[in-house]
Amino acid sequence: MTPYLYVLPAFLVYGLFLLYPLIRAGQFSLYDWPGFGPSEFVGPGNYVDLLGDRRFRDAVGHALTLIVFYSILPLVVGLVLAAILRRGRVRGLGFFRVVIFMPQVIALVVVAVAWHQIYSPTGLLNDVLRALGLGELARGWLGDPNLALPAVGMIGFWLSTGLVMLLLLAGMGRIPNDLYEAARLDGAGPVREFFAISLPSVKAEITTALVLTIIAALKTFDLVYVTTSGGPGTATTVPSYEVYNRAFNLKEVGSASAVAIVLTVLVFGINVVISRIGEERVVGR
Amino acid sequence: MKLHPITRRRLLLGAGLAGAAVVSACAPGESVPSASGSATGAAPEVTDPAELGDVELVVWDQEVRGSQNDALVALIAAFEEKYPNITVNRTSQSFDDLKAQVSLALSGNDVPDVVQVNNARGDMGQFVKAGQLVDLTPYAAQYGWEDRFPASVLSKVRYSGDATTFGEGNLYGLPQTGEIVGLFYSQKKLDALGAEAPATWEDYLALLDEAKAAGEQPMVLGNIEKWPALHVFGPLQAHYVEPETIVQLGMGNAGATWTDEANVAAMEQFATWGTEGYFGTSPNGLDYDPAWTEFTQGTGVFLPGGSWLATDMEAVMGEDLRFMPPPPAVDGKLATTGGTGIPFSIPAKAKNVAAAAAYIDFITSEEAMQIIADNGGMPVLRTAELAPESGVQKDIYEAFDTVSQEGTLLPYLDYATPTFSDTAGTGLQEVLGGQKSAQDVLADFEADYQAFVGG
Repeated sequence: MTPYLYVLPAFLVYGLFLLYPLIRAGQFSLYDWPGFGPSEFVGPGNYVDLLGDRRFRDAVGHALTLIVFYSILPLVVGLVLAAILRRGRVRGLGFFRVVIFMPQVIALVVVAVAWHQIYSPTGLLNDVLRALGLGELARGWLGDPNLALPAVGMIGFWLSTGLVMLLLLAGMGRIPNDLYEAARLDGAGPVREFFAISLPSVKAEITTALVLTIIAALKTFDLVYVTTSGGPGTATTVPSYEVYNRAFNLKEVGSASAVAIVLTVLVFGINVVISRIGEERVVGR
Repeated sequence: MKLHPITRRRLLLGAGLAGAAVVSACAPGESVPSASGSATGAAPEVTDPAELGDVELVVWDQEVRGSQNDALVALIAAFEEKYPNITVNRTSQSFDDLKAQVSLALSGNDVPDVVQVNNARGDMGQFVKAGQLVDLTPYAAQYGWEDRFPASVLSKVRYSGDATTFGEGNLYGLPQTGEIVGLFYSQKKLDALGAEAPATWEDYLALLDEAKAAGEQPMVLGNIEKWPALHVFGPLQAHYVEPETIVQLGMGNAGATWTDEANVAAMEQFATWGTEGYFGTSPNGLDYDPAWTEFTQGTGVFLPGGSWLATDMEAVMGEDLRFMPPPPAVDGKLATTGGTGIPFSIPAKAKNVAAAAAYIDFITSEEAMQIIADNGGMPVLRTAELAPESGVQKDIYEAFDTVSQEGTLLPYLDYATPTFSDTAGTGLQEVLGGQKSAQDVLADFEADYQAFVGG
């Protein structure tokens, strides 16, 4: 009995603040309920509605697009940067590390407000464009139906790149120098070195980076809430924003809970797949 | 004693059972619908508030801004002086914060005695339906509120007991201040164009073209928040659609349609304004507050917007800032979006209903209107009489008085259904940015409206 007693306090906290809300959310998703007053049991009705809900599908699509900006691009850029830093023995590495990691330290709402300002019609980005003589490109970036989502995505890119790079740099730091020396003696150039040594050595770090950033991408709420409220129209709405909007603005708590549950399953599923792939490769090495 | 380790499967099974037990044990919310008429009916005894004994009156409001807050502080002091037995315990927070809290608070047992509740179907309508607000009709008779307020103002706080009809029926709150949406303009800009304030919509539309040809931005709008466009479309709609129909649509009462020719014409005009740059290059990418700041700094000729902007803009523009109601509607009378500040209501579970009613009576009395005006707010009553001598506030007071007494105060379009602020905000952004056609957006509006009135 004793081992369980040791676990009990932690489990109580975990259960109270994580499992119980999750179960309640699952339960709410089976009801038609405005958040107060009486509720009506509708079974899986809310989930069935989501299938035909164009706005929900758009939101999921947008979240998947954001993965490109939050995870894929930062991974590519982070790998290149880390490889250069690892190889080049850049002076003032500590300084660059701090600068690149800075976005992670700032509260997301502050980040969102700052970028909101940068993207505004009279903001920094447009000022720079005008100064470069590209005035015709200037626009309200967050108000452009085709560019609003990429604009939000770029904030995510800016956010994740530092984190991803630091993770990779730490991984590459563990690679013994003699491996590189041996490769160089065999006549490998920087590119060959990268693909033959650096990349395979950091698979575990890549997996971690992907899991972290994909969760961040799928969960995006603050950025969208502060910068666009899902607009223009529904061009930048994401599942988390839909949860908020449905629960607090539309007073459809059932539907909001259903979206939340689907989102949870989605995040969970994608990350299980990534972890499995990562683990297999590491084991197979 | 040795215990078998719990297998993963068993643990899952256990968790599943526990979950199922929770799920089946209690449905969210109240299991039995509370009777919607519980708080109505029986006429209250006419008691003098001074004889209620010692009462602590709990008040939640959202009047945090300068002039409104000053007025309420002064009114509460006067109220407590008049009734020394009543102490007012006031909590003030922003509109959004209060809105989020009220729905949670009203379903509990520990409710305030007086609370500000937005008129919209998504707020007051839902609470009425759930039986969470006191019907004030008996108090209206006792205190003579129906003589005090114009019918068009009271209609915005009236619902039928089951909340199917909005605009008629029981009374669920009283407002203190007035609001009107109209056209701010820069007198200097008009002079430079050699133009007068437009008397008809045709004049106005022609003047916008003239301004555009002269290289000016005709109108200013910052719509990244989605709701500001409602205050532009509302008045424009009245140029095409009968105000009566707009009221029906805007209050979510059955019998009208969004997809008739008149609405299409209004929405197409709005689309033209958006796609041809009448609001500058990207109204959807600009914030509401920076937009009017730009206007005060010389961008644009007209700013369609609400009276609440006047104080801040006047501080910068002074005498140059003017305000006019939109030109007369299609029926020849003035009609524009507007109404009242957020009304004060009494929750059904309030402990001191009589004292609460006395408080609401006091802060909406004729004398209160004077105090509100003295503190720089726009009182909902005696508006023309209390108007300042000059300046943009004079324009606004007179406009509100004329429209509320002789014309039609059109409801904010988001009153219509619990989801309409979302539908309308999204749709108007899409029209402005050319993402969707006027017809498609109106079809969305119609779907929302019909789903609500039909169901």
